[in-house]
Parts: sequence; C-alpha cells; structure tokens
Amino acid sequence: MREFNETLLSVENISLSFGAVKALTNISFEIKKGEVLAIIGPNGAGKTSMLNVINGFYHPQEGVITFRGEKRRQMKPYDAARQGIARTFQNVALFKGMSTLDNIMTGRNLKMKSNILSAAFYLGPAKREEIEHRAVVEEIIDFLEIQAIRKTPVGRLPYGLQKRVELGRALAAEPDLLLLDEPMAGMNLEEKQDMSRFILDVNDQFGTTIALIEHDMGVVMDISDRVVVLDYGRKLADGTPDEVKNNQEVIEAYLGVGH
Amino acid sequence: MAFFLEVLTGGLLTGVLYSLVALGFVLIFKASGVFNFAQGAMVLFAALFFVGFIDLGVPVVLSAILTIAVMILLAYLIERLVLSHLVNQEAISLFMATIGISYFLDGFGQTIWGSDIRRLDIGLPQDAFVFGASVLGDDIFVNELDVVAAVVAGALVAVLAVFFSKTKIGRALRAVADDHQAAMSVGIPLRSIWMIVWAVAGIVGLVAGIMWGAKLGVQFSLSLVALKALPVLILGGFTSVPGAIVGGLMIGAGEKLAEVYLGPVIGGAIEDWFAYMLAMIFLLFRPQGLFGEKIIERI
Repeated sequence: MREFNETLLSVENISLSFGAVKALTNISFEIKKGEVLAIIGPNGAGKTSMLNVINGFYHPQEGVITFRGEKRRQMKPYDAARQGIARTFQNVALFKGMSTLDNIMTGRNLKMKSNILSAAFYLGPAKREEIEHRAVVEEIIDFLEIQAIRKTPVGRLPYGLQKRVELGRALAAEPDLLLLDEPMAGMNLEEKQDMSRFILDVNDQFGTTIALIEHDMGVVMDISDRVVVLDYGRKLADGTPDEVKNNQEVIEAYLGVGH
Repeated sequence: MAFFLEVLTGGLLTGVLYSLVALGFVLIFKASGVFNFAQGAMVLFAALFFVGFIDLGVPVVLSAILTIAVMILLAYLIERLVLSHLVNQEAISLFMATIGISYFLDGFGQTIWGSDIRRLDIGLPQDAFVFGASVLGDDIFVNELDVVAAVVAGALVAVLAVFFSKTKIGRALRAVADDHQAAMSVGIPLRSIWMIVWAVAGIVGLVAGIMWGAKLGVQFSLSLVALKALPVLILGGFTSVPGAIVGGLMIGAGEKLAEVYLGPVIGGAIEDWFAYMLAMIFLLFRPQGLFGEKIIERI
C-alpha cells in the first residue's frame, strides 16, 4: 500500500449543469501527488464531465478548484496545459492527417519558444529547437514501443495504437497531472495489458500523477491506488479499491438494488 | 514547335497567378478546415488599399507595409468578431460566416476607395521579351510580368511549405484544423493561431492582388478571379501548398492549349470553361486531388 500525503489538485463542491440537466452535483475529492486515481461509475455518471472541468473545457457554475495550492473558480484549457495538465480523450482526438511523430511533437508545443518570425523562415534557433525536441519525442516513441509507426498518418492506425499515440502526445508535454479518459476502451486483453504497463511505468518512472476513467474493473482494481465512484453526477464513494469494492451503495449502483 | 512552346509558357505563367489565389484558400483550409469564401474578396480588399495608398502619394514600399498592417488588423477583427464565436461549430457554419465576410469586404473596400478601375503601376515590367533567343529558328515571346509573378509565387511557396511542415506554428496550424479540442488540450491557443493564419492569407492575398492588379487593373472583377482558384484546388488538393502550385500550372497551361488547339475544332471560348471541366473529371477519379490528404474513414 503506497502512501500519498501532498495534495496536487482538489475539487470542492463542484456543480455543473447544462440548462436543466445536472451533470455534476456538489462533488469534492482530492488528487494526491504521485498516485493513480481511478474515477469510475455507470454510463452518464459524469466522469468525463469531471475531467472536462479539471482541464477547463467545462466551467462549473459552483465550486472551487485548487491546483498546486492556487484556488480558482474554473480552469481554462490553455492555462491547464501550461501548468502541467495533459489529457487524452474518450474517442481518440488525434490529428488524423498528421504522422505519429508530428502528433507527438504537437505535445511539445508549450515547451517550444521560437517565435513566428524565426519559425517562418526556419532560422537557426528554430531549427536547433526543433532538433532538440525531436530527441525528446523519440524517447517517448521508444518508451511506448511505437517506433515502427513513426511516419504513419495516425488515421490509418488501428484503434489500440491510436490510443497509444494519444498517450504519447500527452506525455510529450511532461505533465505533472495526466488525465486519461478510458485509455483502454475497445482494446483486446493484450492491448489492455500493454496499456496498463505503460500507465504504471509513467507513474513510476516520471512520478506523474494520473487520474483515469475506466470501465474494466479488473484493470481499475489492479492499477489504481484510490478510486472515486460517481453515479448520476454525485459522488458515491472514495477510497482504496478494496474499500470501494465492498461498499454497499457502489454494488447497488452497478448491479441495481435488490428487492 | 516554337508556337506550341510559347502558348505553353504563356499558359504556365498565367497558371502561376491562379496558384497565388489558390494558395490563400489552402492556408485557411489547412489551418481551420474551413473553405474561406472570402479569399477573393481579400485579394480585392488588399489590392484596393495598396493602390489607394499609392494614389495618395505614399511610396510603394510604405504602401505595401501599410496594407500588410491593414490585413493583420483585418485578421484580428475577423477572429475577434466572427470566428471566436464559432469554435467547435460545424464547418458549414464557418463557411457561411466567410460568405458574410466576403460581401462585407467587397462593399467596405469599395465604399472607402470607390468602384472605379484603378491602374496599378509600380514599375513592374509589362513588355514581352524574347526568351531563349530562338527555338528551331523561331523566337518565343514571354510576358515579363508573368515571369516576375512566377518568381514571387515560387518564393512564397518555398517559405510556406517549410513553415507548415517543419515548424511549431505550422504543426499547430495543422493540429487546429484536425481537432479543435485536442489542440486546446495540448495548449495551442486557438485564437492566436486563427489570427496568424488569416493574416498570412491576407498577405498572400495582397501579393496576388498586386500581380493581378498589375495585369487587369484593380477593380471588382479581381474578387471573381477567386472562382478560377476552385478548379485549381480540386486538382491540387485543398490541403496542399505544392498542390496549389501544380494545380494552377495545369489549369493555366491546359486552358491556353485547349483554346489554341481545340478552339478551332469545337468552337471558341474554351478557356472559360475548360478549368471547370477538368476539375469535374478529376473529382470522378481522385477526389482528394493530386496532393491532398487521402480521406480515411474507419467504420
């Protein structure tokens, strides 16, 4: 059992609605520095909405988000990215026409400093910088074992590999907090095992804090330090995998209430 | 033979001018996935300001700089007032918005500078000169202005091609075109990217406007030159900078040759519709164009 004390991000009393539809109601939880946190719940529970609130795509009507000790009402995607939050998407949001390499290079965007003028003429500094960042991207490609598809346009790749490239793009930003929205959806067993291994390696080698949404309970129980359970936009439970597994309310939410 | 070469060269050089207009379309399409109906209006708008400044007695170079400033301001306003409200909307909504922008620019430019045809004389050579002395004993005449245009277009393309494929901003532009949300999640500032690309398209529009203006005079019909860029885009592919050039050359050469050699057989005025015919045939066999990104759809 690993222990985590320092809070990296906390959400307090977050409520989000779209017109009359309440997506999230009064949700509070913490993400501790260095842990792997899983957010689970039935379909429509508000898991993706929660990630969208954290990286600033959605702006909650109520609540406070504290990231690295700084309190705020809402995040903005650009600020979130700049301050070290990277993410992947449920439906793979890659740049389809671009190669694996270029996709991952976009993840370095905020790390690159060259301005528009030197970039326009591909002057010395811009060129040097390009080569420097290319080296980092090659390391990520090696890490994720996708050397063979370096130059392939990602639109042609099978789904499992696309998910892996998307993880690569998020890693390229060297994030402190990595949000993964169903990283293993639609994968076969072998691909799931690979992905689990990558997630644990990222957490282990780079110390990256990870918050992930996943439906495969076996995977969730295996890789996460802590689990937050959502249902109908409310938080049902929050604890270690074992605690959550034995929580009566959680069991009812997943299996239905016995009569 | 010499006559054939002369027709061919003339056609290719006109084609370069089509390419210049097509280039503006490609830039915005590449970076935002939007077909910018207003590109032709931007060509006219830039040319009107440029010639307007010159007629006021401003030196040529300063006029160009002022016009570039105007186009950058225009890009800022378009982003601010129109595009920023349409993030994550369907491409068709953005397309409709560009139609609106197009009418506005046509009207506004002419409100300020009037609708008379203005001569654009900035010392670009207008004469035909003898090229290659002689081929098989005959001289070939080439329009000097066309040669200047070709050189300018070549330089522009070289810069843009490197910019798009090798730099951070170029990659960001392509990323934004593919997926707005994903681009935002890696920290690409959507708004400044759009502003940059519209500004660059405006500057390319200015170059096209100067070249066409020197040829035809600056007048409303410049904005219609953009229609000739459509078949160029279909041939070259909407997303390819080199494609815009090759497409332009093919259309330019094709229509001149068709006019001269097919004209007497099936009646004249082929030049007017040949480009569209060629584009239609292309659509049947290679809808993504010669250099366009192949459309991949997983089912």
